[in-house]
Formats: sequence, C-alpha cells, structure tokens
Amino acid sequence: MAVQSVSETGEVGKKRASLFARAWDSDIAYSFRSSPVAVGAAFVTIVIMLATAFAGFITPQNPFDAATLNLMDGFTPPGEAGAGSGMTFSLGADSQGRDMYSAILYGSRVSLLIGLASTIFSLALGVSLGLIAGYVGGRIEALIMRIADVQLSFPAILVALLVFGIARGLIHPSLHEQMTFAVMTIAIGLSNWAQYARTVRASTLVEKRKEYVDAARVIGRRPLSVMVSHVLPNVTGPILVIATVNLALAVLEEATLSFLGVGMPPTQPSLGTLIRVGQQFLYSGEWWIILFPSLALVTIALSINLFGDWLRDALNPKLR
Amino acid sequence: MIAYLARSVLQGALVILTVGLIAFSMFRFVGDPVATLAGQEATDADRAELTERLGLNDPFPVQFARFLGNAAQGDFGISYRQARPVSDLLAERLPATIELAVLSAIFAFVFGVGFGVYAAINRHGVVANAIMVISLIGVSLPTFLIGIGLIFLFAVFLGWLPSFGRGDVVRIGWWTTGLLTESGRKSLILPVLTLGFFQLTLIMRLVRAEMLETMRTEYVRFARARGIPERRIQYRHALRNTMVPVVTIVGLQLGSVIAFAIVTETVFQWPGLGALFVNAVQFVDIPVMAAYLMFVALVFAIVNVVTDLIYVAIDPRLKS
Repeated sequence: MAVQSVSETGEVGKKRASLFARAWDSDIAYSFRSSPVAVGAAFVTIVIMLATAFAGFITPQNPFDAATLNLMDGFTPPGEAGAGSGMTFSLGADSQGRDMYSAILYGSRVSLLIGLASTIFSLALGVSLGLIAGYVGGRIEALIMRIADVQLSFPAILVALLVFGIARGLIHPSLHEQMTFAVMTIAIGLSNWAQYARTVRASTLVEKRKEYVDAARVIGRRPLSVMVSHVLPNVTGPILVIATVNLALAVLEEATLSFLGVGMPPTQPSLGTLIRVGQQFLYSGEWWIILFPSLALVTIALSINLFGDWLRDALNPKLR
Repeated sequence: MIAYLARSVLQGALVILTVGLIAFSMFRFVGDPVATLAGQEATDADRAELTERLGLNDPFPVQFARFLGNAAQGDFGISYRQARPVSDLLAERLPATIELAVLSAIFAFVFGVGFGVYAAINRHGVVANAIMVISLIGVSLPTFLIGIGLIFLFAVFLGWLPSFGRGDVVRIGWWTTGLLTESGRKSLILPVLTLGFFQLTLIMRLVRAEMLETMRTEYVRFARARGIPERRIQYRHALRNTMVPVVTIVGLQLGSVIAFAIVTETVFQWPGLGALFVNAVQFVDIPVMAAYLMFVALVFAIVNVVTDLIYVAIDPRLKS
C-alpha cells in the first residue's frame, strides 16, 4: 500500500514512508487526485499566483512606470500593434497606452496580496478571540460572542466601508495613498473575523472537556500554552475551509470596494480599480478595457471557490 | 407570543444602541468637530466657547444620551461636505432607495418562489436545470459585474434602457417616485434586476430544496391518497410549509440587500442612500456616515420584528 522507503536519518530503524509518499497516499490526496474540478481549480489558482508573482518578468511593460507608456498607443484594440511604439497589445491598451495584459497581472497581484493579507489578519484575529472565548468562558466569552453576533448581522462590505472611512479620518491626508494597502487589509480583515471566532469557539468548547486538556492542565501548563499547543491544533480543520472560501470573498470584497472608488487608487490599481476605470469606456466601444479585468477577477474568485468547495467536502467526515 | 415579540423588539433596541454607540464614537473621536466647524481663523477663546456650546465638555454618557435623543428626532447635525442638514439629505434620497429595494424584493420573491417551485416539480427538466445553472453563475458573480453586464447588453448594445439615474420623477408631498413616468419606469428596470438577482437565486435554490423535501413527507402522500389535485397539494400544502425557512433567510439576507444596494446604486448612479454613503466614506463626511449607520440599524430592527410577525401568520402553531 504505502510506498516503502527508508527514512533519510536512518535513526528510526523501521521502514517508514517519506513525508511526500505518505502525503501522496493520504485520503485527502486521493480525493484530490480523483476530482478533476479540484485539480483544475488548484492548477488555475497556482498558475495565476505564479504569474502575478513574476509579473515583472513575463509582461512586456511595467504598466505603472509612466516612462514606458506611449500615449499614441491609447485605445489599441486587442491583438493589434500600437500606433506609437509598434509593440503588439495582446489584450489591447487603455486610454494611456497601457498594455492591459500587464495591467491585469499587476492588478491581480495587488488584489491577491490584499486578499491573502486580510484573510491572514481575520484568521489570526478570529481564531485568537474564538480560542479565548471558548477556553476562558464567562463574561469575556459573552462579550466576544455578542460583538461577533452584531458584526455578522451587518454585511461585510458595510463594515469594510465603515472601517475604511474611519481610518481615512484618523490618518493624515498626505499619507492616504501609501497607507491604502494597509487600510484595505485591515478593513476587509475586520469585516470577516467573526465566522472564525464562532467556529473556533464551538470546537474549543468540545475540546476543552477532553482528557488530554485536563492532563495538560494537571501537569501545570499555563492556560495560554494549553490553548496554543494543545487545543489549537485540534480545531484547525474547519478553519482551513473557511479561510479558502474567505480568500475568494476577500478578493471580491476588495474588488467591490475599489470599484466603488473606496479602495486602491489608480496609481496602484487592483482589478476592481481597473474595472472602475474601464467602465468609463463602456459606452464608447472600448470593451477590452473592462472585459479582461472582469474575466480575470471572475476566474480568480471562481477557481479559489471551487477549490474551497472540494476542500470542504474532503475534510467533512460525514461525506467520507 | 407577546413575550416572543417583546424579545425581538428588545433585541432590535439593543442593536440600535450598540450601533448608536459606534456612530457616536465616530463623531466624537474621528476628526475634531471643533476644528471642522470653527474654521482656521478661530481664536482659542472661540474654540473653547464652541466646545462648550457643542456640549463637548459634558461627561461621555450625557453626550451619548444627547446624541441618541437628537438621532431619535432625526437630527444628525450638518454634513461636513455639503453644509446641509443630514436629515434633509437623507429625506431627499430615501424614496429612491426604498423604491429600488421594495421593487427588487418583490421581483426576487415572486420569481424566486415561482422558479423554485417549478424547478422542484420538474426536477429533471431541461428548463429547470438551465435555471439552476444560471442561478449558480448568479451566486458567484459579484453584483457590480452583473450590473455592468446588464448595462452593456441593454443600454449600450441594444440601446433599449437608460443606464443611469432615475429618469423623470413625480413629486408627491416629500416623496418622489419614478413609477408614474415612462422614463422613470424604464430607469428602474436594470437596477431592480441587478439588486434582485442575488436574492432571486438564493430564494429559488432554497424553495427548490425545501419543496423537494416536503414533497416526500407523509402528509403530502396522504393528501394524494385523498385524491386532492396535484396542483393544490403543491401550492396549498407543500409550498406553505416551505415558507417558514424562506422567510427566515429573506429576513436575514436583508443585510446583504443593503450592501448590494450600495453597489447597485453606485453602478447605476442611482441617487439613493447607498450612493450617498459611499460618497460620505470617500470624503470622510462623518455625520452622513453616522446617520446612514443608524438608518441601517433601524431597518434591521424593524425587519426583525416584521419577520417574527410573518412567522406567526404563516405558522399558526406559534400563536399559542
């Protein structure tokens, strides 16, 4: 069954499958291999992430370096050569002669970075609060869960808009542009933590009654160390699923905020900003300026979502 | 039943108080109201006098109580940006938003329930499956892209419908309506479709799932055995029993309707509250933000109570 290979260190003495072979043989990996949708979605996600990470090497121009732009190339349709520079614009050029293909890759990078950063932020916040609520209990639990209730009854976009507005008011106007990335991350992160907190609290309540937690407490571990090194590893399963789905949501939320004009400025655009800019040219027939960023956004969100769907089913013991 | 209603009223009051506290803190701590109102040429004495007159020297609870009292009378101060009373701005824009929200809710409910029942009864039909696929797309596309797509198809490509604004409106007292003129009605179509689409897909999927479940129950089989016509069983017996969860979800989803209204209004430049709020966030217009927040909380509280009342109307068992 398992691929038998001697471990590198040789200390164990017994035959033990390598980490990779064990991972390859696990239930999850099997379920992954046999689901074409999951493989496809993961493949597309990874390709997009790599392409955005190395955007500087695989794009014909740096779309936000004004020196490389040629105004004469403006509104070049997809696949044609620009009137100014003569280079071919595979996905067309916008009003300033910016290559849409390059702009989309750079924009996707901003979108994905904000998505990832805000997901990590809300995960860290939600998991810590959920652990504390579940483990400590009492008034602290009641307070945290009440806040989570109020938060969950308000739509994420509304919360993010509000946080963004407040941050704008608190930060000096001259710093607005540099701080937008951080503000967006915090605004989106703060609008999504409650779900983690609820889930982690529920599993913590179950885990903390188990004997291994009592044992850890009896041998004198402090509450913090019990929480982090004993309870936490046992409540991570569902968190992973929420985080995947949340990543797609965060990317879409960022796009929506930027589309509303309450997000990334045109100097460091995300996909939402590109769509917002492209909307101006919808009526005059330059459809490529809006179509391709929209397709990129939908592809990213859809592939992450499909992967998340598979992960949810794969980690759900009831469906095994 | 009275206790049941009292509880939902109490919960609503609690939400309003919490949101009020957030709104008040924004007023008090984001930006400096004295500096904003006094202008640059004010002397220290002017400022001190203004601080006293605005009541900013009073203890926090006193100020908070005063804020709530003013808010209850619809007084939210003066917009920083437009230099007009916030209550006037809200009153001006309220009809546009209510018209949009109510029409799209009716649209979503009628078609959502209709399609849902149809898809459940003709489970394996081609049309039913097509509806389900379209609904899946509707769930995964962000609202603003649906709006842009509709604009492109119906306003730019076909040229049938206007793409922005409310068209000509008729003034009845302080209320304005677009329903009485042709251009007003035409302008409503695309925003209503955009806002209603997400709700529609949600209601439809829910009704279908619930109907499939109910049609398998004993009492439906019994009704068939008694020779009651199939159509009457479907609509009188089964549909009525699927309505309780549907009403719950529709009530809970109201939050997302508000969020989607913000986006829809921006896409279609609809002169409603959501667009006002987005503008307020862009320009850190705290009084408008606070007022909008309180408005949303109020709507939430009212919808919660109404949802509870509808339960009682649908499910007679709750009357006892």
